Amino acid sequence: MTQRVYEKLIDEEGKRVDGREWNELRPIKIEVGVLNNADGSAYIEQGKNKILAAVYGPREAHPRHLTLPDRALLRCRYHMAPFSVEERKSPAPSRREIELSKVIREALEPAIFLEHYPRTAIDLFIEILQADGGTRCAGITVASLALADAGIPMRDLVVACAAGKVGDRIVLDLNDVEDKEGEADVPIAFMPNLNAVTLLQMDGTLTPEEFEQAVNLAIEGCRQIYKMQKDALKARYLAIKKEVEEQ
Amino acid sequence: MTTSVTVSRIRRRQIAQLIANGMRLDGRGLTEYREIKIERGLIERAEGSAKVSLGRTIVLVGVKVGVGEPYSDRPNEGVLTVNSELVPLASPEFEAGPPGEESIELARVVDRGIRESKSIALEELCIIPGKKVFIIFVDVYVLNHDGNLIDASAMAALAALLNTKIFNYEVEDGEVKIKPGFKPLPVKDYPIAVTLAEIDGKLVVDPWLDEEEVMNARITFAFDKEGRICAIQKGGSGFFTKEQVLEAMRIAREKAAELRKLVVEG
Repeated sequence: MTQRVYEKLIDEEGKRVDGREWNELRPIKIEVGVLNNADGSAYIEQGKNKILAAVYGPREAHPRHLTLPDRALLRCRYHMAPFSVEERKSPAPSRREIELSKVIREALEPAIFLEHYPRTAIDLFIEILQADGGTRCAGITVASLALADAGIPMRDLVVACAAGKVGDRIVLDLNDVEDKEGEADVPIAFMPNLNAVTLLQMDGTLTPEEFEQAVNLAIEGCRQIYKMQKDALKARYLAIKKEVEEQ
Repeated sequence: MTTSVTVSRIRRRQIAQLIANGMRLDGRGLTEYREIKIERGLIERAEGSAKVSLGRTIVLVGVKVGVGEPYSDRPNEGVLTVNSELVPLASPEFEAGPPGEESIELARVVDRGIRESKSIALEELCIIPGKKVFIIFVDVYVLNHDGNLIDASAMAALAALLNTKIFNYEVEDGEVKIKPGFKPLPVKDYPIAVTLAEIDGKLVVDPWLDEEEVMNARITFAFDKEGRICAIQKGGSGFFTKEQVLEAMRIAREKAAELRKLVVEG
């Protein structure tokens, strides 16, 4: 893949570099239960993003001194494959990956009934196989499905989506070029049933009014993806049901 | 007052109950900062430095200026790097060793505010395009941790950048030669970070350590001098409602303008 240089991020007809409208998500494909060894797993494609998430646990925590007496320890590793980006990325965790692992963990923690599993660990691994902008959001969307697939009780699914400012417009779900060339990016993770924002970050610059628009748009995007999440989860359960009935 | 970061249930309830009534354990109002003191230029060896006390939180920032290679995708720009050290003398909870996620997050949030507001005119820091540029090392050194490290560090970083000087130079046969005299680092914007904690449904600014222990979540907004948002970071394992996010933004914007006066006009 070679990067094209775009003269304008929004053309005369208001279309974006990939032909989308300002409030349009990229095509999303989600599959739940894709890995055998993991207790729960899921896969998402969002634009050219290809991301796998796997959950192990609740299981015994190692090293044991990390265990918490009143709840489970959630550990999260967001990691990019060396071949996932234009220029090979060193497989060692970068400062960016360490920060994202932390904010993703804190985005998912409010959803999980961690207090049901004291002295255990829940390990969550997110592998970015191909990155196309918005990997932390797609990573959260797919990770909460992996948690659900592992049978871990949750208050709601966590769904994430970004909005941002590109070529003077507030747009939904920025791709790689828009993220890099645009003016601002606001990733948000959300639990729709609880009206709970569990991750919020921003880089770039926005006025307070633009920020409010971006938050509303990102939450609207979250609601759309939330439906796809639930459909993917249902498809998984129907497949299991069918398997059981055939036996 | 306690130095332990484990807060007893009684104290936890006391903090939450007071906040529910619009008061705080240390006597502040909900949107009131602790006393802020700023000392500038106290490290003579550093090209810029500042120490900020936010109540009993103390952060020292030193700025060193070096010469090095630019990033390949920005050949005509100087380089900014922000690093933070949570040294063990600052808190019983800090341990020596490679930077953990707390310290990396702190440095990256401070970095984001400076970078996204385009505070430093990096394009003026190019010496030989594609080969030699100034590198601005901002090192955040936490000396005493009593909560809200982000705001204290961001203020100290800005104050330090504002008194940073870069040496005069000339280029001879592709080599950089230092000449006597200095000029100030070109600082064009003054990003200020304001952090709020959510405790039992209420928002409070500038949480101190005990409040950080009790809070469900925190959120930081950085604003540039025009009052535009230039960085946001939510932290902690709780959440905010959308309405709380917008309310926090409005409070933070007001407080940022107040703090900026202190840091810039001193």
